[in-house]
Amino acid sequence: MEMILEPWPWYVAGPLIALVMFLLIFMGKKFGMSSNLETMCTICGAGKKSDYFNVDWKASRWNLLVIVGAAIGGFIGAHLLSNGNAVNISEETVLNLQELGFMSSGEAYLPERLFSLEALGNFQSIMILLVGGVLIGFGARYAAGCTSGHAISGLSNLQLPSLIAVIGFFIGGLVMVHLLFPIIF
Amino acid sequence: MRRTVGYILIGIFFGIVMYKSEAASWFRIYEMFRFDSFHMYGIIGSALILGIIGVQIIKRKNLRSFFGDPIKIASKERGFKKYFFGGIIFGLGWALAGACPGPIYTLIGAGYVSVIVVLLGAVGGAFLYGLLRKKLPH
Repeated sequence: MEMILEPWPWYVAGPLIALVMFLLIFMGKKFGMSSNLETMCTICGAGKKSDYFNVDWKASRWNLLVIVGAAIGGFIGAHLLSNGNAVNISEETVLNLQELGFMSSGEAYLPERLFSLEALGNFQSIMILLVGGVLIGFGARYAAGCTSGHAISGLSNLQLPSLIAVIGFFIGGLVMVHLLFPIIF
Repeated sequence: MRRTVGYILIGIFFGIVMYKSEAASWFRIYEMFRFDSFHMYGIIGSALILGIIGVQIIKRKNLRSFFGDPIKIASKERGFKKYFFGGIIFGLGWALAGACPGPIYTLIGAGYVSVIVVLLGAVGGAFLYGLLRKKLPH
């Protein structure tokens, strides 16, 4: 039990993610999370504004159930299967983040500066979360997939388009962390 | 009904793995893009190695689903621009908000209310793509 309560190492987590993909494949579906964003647009009536959303969302109902589960799993993971929520990131990352003003690094699951309830009263924090979200949603649908759909599912199927997308993910991530973070924070 | 429960259970399992592996942590994403730790590369890499082997087995042995249907693993549409530009935009957001479209729900379930802002942004971003799609290079 002690081992379950500790953070799980990569060699446990990676194979379990592959298992999730195979369970969905054997359910006759696929592992891809970002299409849910589209489904939510459709449910909210976005089909009136763009044909892109004019689809029968009920065909995607199964994936909405998966994300309902993902939320329940988050609750279970955080509140029943953890004895603390500090993320043991490397010493270099902690020092670097402290220079940028992230004092909770190494002690919290998410940076308090961006995700605490108090931060919700801070305009800059809200804008960072909102803009981050818009880029995630826009980019994931433009690229027709995210980490699960391209980096795991697509690359597992040796798809060149997924490799192109994953290279894009890393270009974007590296530009953000190394070039834009010093300006933003 | 049995399938409904199945999808929810798979989702719960996925959410627990995302939370417990810290792949849902902003800090781990930041660390990954700084190349300061093997953790995220180990997760993605080991999932991928098993994924490649498993997909090959499914294809070569023509395995069937739990319900007896043939398994079809669709190829991605050919193209470059949409994957490359879309990927870069996604990467910028992934690093900034520190969450991808799966862990967003995991974090909300874990009680991080502010991640709802990220989710609203992401749904808005998907909507924006739907509006602008015809004007973008694909």
